[in-house]
Amino acid sequence: MSHFSPTAAVSYFFNYFLMKGVLVTIGLTVAAVVGGLVLGMGIALLRMSSNPVLAGAARFYIWFFRGTPLLIQLVVIYSGLPQLGIKFSVITCALVGLILNEAAYLAEIVRSGFMAVSAGQREAAWALSLSPWVTFRRVTLPQAFRLMIPPLGNSINSLLKATSLASVISVEELMRRSDMLMQEHFQILEVYAAATAYYLILTSVWDAVQRRLEKHFGRSSAVKTRRVAASAPVAQASVEARA
Amino acid sequence: MSETSMAGTEGATVQPQLREVPAVRMEAVYKHYGDFTALNEVDLKVAKGEKIVVCGPSGSGKSTLIRCINHIEKHDEGLIYVNGVELDHQRKNIDAVRRDTGMVFQSFNLFPHMTVLENCTLAPMTANGMSESEAKDLAMHFLTKVRIPDQAEKFPGQLSGGQQQRVAIARALCMRPKIMLFDEPTSALDPEMVKEVLETMKKLAEEGMTMLCVTHEMGFAREVADRIVFMNEGKVVEQAAPEEFFKHPKSERARTFLDQIIH
Ligand SMILES: Nc1ncnc2c1ncn2[C@@H]1O[C@H](COP(=O)(O)OP(=O)(O)OP(=O)(O)O)[C@@H](O)[C@H]1O
Ligand SMILES: [Mg+2]
Repeated sequence: MSHFSPTAAVSYFFNYFLMKGVLVTIGLTVAAVVGGLVLGMGIALLRMSSNPVLAGAARFYIWFFRGTPLLIQLVVIYSGLPQLGIKFSVITCALVGLILNEAAYLAEIVRSGFMAVSAGQREAAWALSLSPWVTFRRVTLPQAFRLMIPPLGNSINSLLKATSLASVISVEELMRRSDMLMQEHFQILEVYAAATAYYLILTSVWDAVQRRLEKHFGRSSAVKTRRVAASAPVAQASVEARA
Repeated sequence: MSETSMAGTEGATVQPQLREVPAVRMEAVYKHYGDFTALNEVDLKVAKGEKIVVCGPSGSGKSTLIRCINHIEKHDEGLIYVNGVELDHQRKNIDAVRRDTGMVFQSFNLFPHMTVLENCTLAPMTANGMSESEAKDLAMHFLTKVRIPDQAEKFPGQLSGGQQQRVAIARALCMRPKIMLFDEPTSALDPEMVKEVLETMKKLAEEGMTMLCVTHEMGFAREVADRIVFMNEGKVVEQAAPEEFFKHPKSERARTFLDQIIH
């Protein structure tokens, strides 16, 4: 049967049941980003600490969660842990898995962002007697954050798609609900066309948000700090070359 | 221009007995990086109001020396006193010393994500609890002193190197330091911008600021310095008035250094 029904695909796109799945996907992503950032920030701090035990623990964490498939992590949390008497709801399992996994990636992003802020910035802050908190909050963090946006954006894009793995442990997000519709109606292409469209919309919207963030936080630092007069003609030339 | 002195009124109000306390006193200071000795038994005394130029070949420990004075670098052995406060690695003493010292770096180290004005007001507001309007007035006062009040709303990346370095000087002065430390403030600048920065430093010197400058600008040294400190391999090899140092360098090392630098 070589047949594809565009109207069916459109009707799946506007299917209320599928739309709710989209909301779950968005919810999982947002929660995993927020949770992952908080946890990842903590792990990054440990990783940068001068205490070898703490730094080692953070390094192990990152190595472990980046070195194993998210799918296995989810299945272990969902089906493996009950064997040890630890039981969570399905959605909690998905969140725990996604956050633990995402934190490992974000920790590395956060760390490299901070490492890329030049030592001179911190030294200038010390020389001005700024407190450690003000130095962090007003000097290093804003600069590190600007550097983190591009890799952070990529990671969130991956995460958005990775939430589909939660379907395996029966979280009814976009993927799972597409499966359910498909099994009910057997219109495989039509259902997945609708799901694909949703994933594309979500990732494109995120792309646009990311670009705006980059523009917003890059506005002051786009011009470089050193020897501006000397290098201005070069910068000009490279702009023209791209135009 | 404003009648307020660039260096504040510190010089005028110091008690006679306080004049005895040197601005900086270093006794047998050592600094090691692994096996490498960056400062090797350094003794140095700087009187209040004195202008010191530190020179010497690359790697001789000039930066390390002045960075130890405000504890950006930790010395390993020996004693350092700044305005009578001992730098003994205690938080409160480090803080007191940093409040007394301002530092200007070769690479400016302005905060690129803040405007010139914000660069200048951040420390007075957060470390000194000044109100925003007070801090702005103060910042504008010093930006006027370094002759760039019109750039206050720009970001550092929009300024020339010379302008950035003058902002860095103004930013340091906003904390009303008693001692200014300069680490090759003109080395990253194009030749045509060196002069404006040196002029600013001269003005500061005329107003009585205690200054330690690492620089290879020998014209500036001749004109401004009370004393030249020549370093080599982590040691202070020679100290003399500029006249004496340039005409009759005592050590062979200083002679070859001067030959190279004045070609
Ligand atoms: N963080 C560090 N780790 C290891 N070695 C260092 C470090 N900082 C400085 N050194 C070494 O200590 C020596 C003195 O350095 P310092 O920066 O004080 O020299 P300098 O006289 O300022 O030289 P320059 O004229 O090149 O600026 C150099 O040999 C340098 O390689
Ligand atoms: Mg140096």
